[in-house]
Amino acid sequence: MQVEKFYYDNKIVKAFGIATIVFGIVGMLAGLWAAIQIYYPAISLNLPATTFGRLRPLHTNAIIFAFVGNSIFTGVYYSLQRLCKARMFSDKLSWLHFWGWQAIIAAAAITLLMGVTTGKEYAELEWPIDIAITLIWVVFGINMFGTILKRRERHLYVAIWFYIATWVTVAMLHIVNSVEIPVTFLKSYSWYAGVQDALVQWWYGHNAVAFFLTTPVLGLMYYFLPKAANRPVYSYRLSIIHFWALIFIYIWAGPHHLLYTALPDWAQSLGTVFSVMLIAPSWGGMLNGLFTLRGAWDKVREEPVLKFMVVAITCYGMSTFEGPMLSLKNVNAISHFTDWTIAHVHIGGLGWNGFLAFAIIYYLLPKMWNTQLYSKKLATNHFWLGTIGIILYAVPMYWAGFEQASMWKQFTAEGQLKFQFLETVTNIIPMYVARSVGGLLYLTGALMMVYNVYKTVKQGSFIAEEAAEAPALVKEAPHKEYWHRVLERKPVTMLVLSLILVSIGGLVQMIPTFLVKSNVPTIASVKPYTPLELQGRDLYVKEGCYTCHSQMIRPFRDEVARYGEYSKAGEFVYDHPFQWGSKRTGPDLARIGGKYPDSWHYNHMYDPRSMSPGSVMPPYPWLLDKAIDTSNTAAKIRAMQTLGVPYPEGYDQQANRDLMKQAETIAANLKKDKIETAPNAQIVALIAYLQRVGTDIKLEPKPLAENK
Amino acid sequence: MKFINYLEKVSGVDIFGLTSLILFFLFFSIMVIWVFKTKKKSFQEISRIPLDNN
Ligand code: HEC
Repeated sequence: MQVEKFYYDNKIVKAFGIATIVFGIVGMLAGLWAAIQIYYPAISLNLPATTFGRLRPLHTNAIIFAFVGNSIFTGVYYSLQRLCKARMFSDKLSWLHFWGWQAIIAAAAITLLMGVTTGKEYAELEWPIDIAITLIWVVFGINMFGTILKRRERHLYVAIWFYIATWVTVAMLHIVNSVEIPVTFLKSYSWYAGVQDALVQWWYGHNAVAFFLTTPVLGLMYYFLPKAANRPVYSYRLSIIHFWALIFIYIWAGPHHLLYTALPDWAQSLGTVFSVMLIAPSWGGMLNGLFTLRGAWDKVREEPVLKFMVVAITCYGMSTFEGPMLSLKNVNAISHFTDWTIAHVHIGGLGWNGFLAFAIIYYLLPKMWNTQLYSKKLATNHFWLGTIGIILYAVPMYWAGFEQASMWKQFTAEGQLKFQFLETVTNIIPMYVARSVGGLLYLTGALMMVYNVYKTVKQGSFIAEEAAEAPALVKEAPHKEYWHRVLERKPVTMLVLSLILVSIGGLVQMIPTFLVKSNVPTIASVKPYTPLELQGRDLYVKEGCYTCHSQMIRPFRDEVARYGEYSKAGEFVYDHPFQWGSKRTGPDLARIGGKYPDSWHYNHMYDPRSMSPGSVMPPYPWLLDKAIDTSNTAAKIRAMQTLGVPYPEGYDQQANRDLMKQAETIAANLKKDKIETAPNAQIVALIAYLQRVGTDIKLEPKPLAENK
Repeated sequence: MKFINYLEKVSGVDIFGLTSLILFFLFFSIMVIWVFKTKKKSFQEISRIPLDNN
């Protein structure tokens, strides 16, 4: 058999690795900065770009797509070549992928800080960037499949299946969730509205966690853990079950808690069983990882790489146990909108994703620079700082979430709410402080890694082209084989099959979701926003108010008492995008309209503490000075018309006139309270919007009996 | 806010849930049966792929 010589491309791995480290630090800094703002708003420097509402999306996007994204590519580009015994398909595509992805990150950072956002969590990037993501993802796909097709290894190792499933599913999720109608170069509206937008977004959000933060990283685990421990994975059988069960159940279990309710009882119970069943493959995977180290625990004691992996895998197990628990109705009633969710995602982010990324970096360094790690001791210290950081982050946040939820729900003997909303926030400020200390420790550890990397790189010499050899793959004579064996040799079949699997899962959820639209009972008194309100709403999205405020009153006694009538699906039919939010650092705003006079909002936005002493809301003084951009009003109205919002024909031409008329009314109203403002100031539009939110159904002649 | 009310009105919505449930169940059973019928040795070989080269 002829042995072929070839070279592994380590340069591309190095590039992605550096990007991982750089954006990891940037993302963590942004997170820490945002965390401190919650108890010390002034640290935002009162710049529009760095207020919480813009910094938080920057943090989440940087961590998910820049830090974890680049770490995935680092690991994939390294492991795929070796598992296929082949160089990457095309160096050109590799570099196009690399620079394309970094350009997307740069564009994301700039636009998010400018307040350019779609307002949909973890999918905030505007349409030109969405298109760029799609193109670069395709480049990555071609490069990956090209490599797989020219491989010299007959079997596709399980890690590669995880990569394939990731690629297919992320492509599908990204495209479905990003359907939007461009208004200007940097502004679009979600194609979906209200309830439907929320369903699509949750389906995306749930599966983005599954297929961007979990499956590719599991693939990395199945490669790097055996490598680092120098022994095969504990049970390959289990890894196959892990794979198929995971991709099928995950995609299928998206917004299950919404859909199951429509099923007959017996199917509902079965459904609950199924969603709890997600624990099984996840824990199967975790145990498979941990058992791989059986008999090698002495190594774990010495090897920082293995230490990081053990904690990463344990955190994976913890968050996949907690996830299904959080989807149980009665747990969710407490956890939702509180810091509990934040704790949950950080076990995953800091523990699972972060620690596995660190492990891979520490593993690759000596290999690619042909040297020893500069300091094992420093790496071990990094490990301990990181671990303590995670604990110090998560424990206070769980506590804060639980305590705040219980304060929200307490009534006095007279049947009054026991606590003001703000009290429930100031009460947990010590926990917020502890959390940022945890984050700081974690970041310090990461900085120690940077130093260690720098020193190691300096003492070693980089192997850009790593020589390797392997016999070419010869066609086997056809004989009877098990279907899976056949399958796992055929990457294209595998691709198609996983696409079919996930799209069945996707369709099964999406079809009812699309049918929902025509089934949301319209409420006659709910009317489209006026042009001024629409502009105000876009400012609300731009400033990221949704990162602190929900607009969704659940039918619980305490929420109805605190905020007013619970939200109805029909109220959101013109909301492109929906703004239900996911976290209440501030109170719900679904019924804010009419609650306060215009002047209250004016003063509150200028300086929240003047109206609510002790408030942690950031001030928005620039809204008082900047003018509304009315040049796009007509385009916005037309876009809304395309989406089916019933403005009269030709209204786009009249919209700005109506806008000014309403603005002057509000300015006059403010003047009565001795506030002088230009009618075209942004604050006027925002006030118009806030005064409108949730008021429409109050105009409805109320058949009280129907509530519930 | 109760989704059940709106979803119930989608006629025949159960069929989507049921179909996926059945599909999943069939797929999963076949997969598990296959996994356990395959000889351990062939898996052992594959599981060494990452370790065989550098
Ligand atoms: C860092 C989180 C945070 C952000 C971001 C934020 N808020 Fe707030 N908001 C709060 C908190 C906390 C309160 C409660 C204390 C108070 O009244 O200031 C609040 C209160 C409010 C209230 C009064 C609600 C009531 O029922 O009393 C309004 C209105 C409001 N915010 C509007 C906004 C708007 C508009 C934006 C975006 C421009 C925004 N907030 C951004 C935290 C935030």
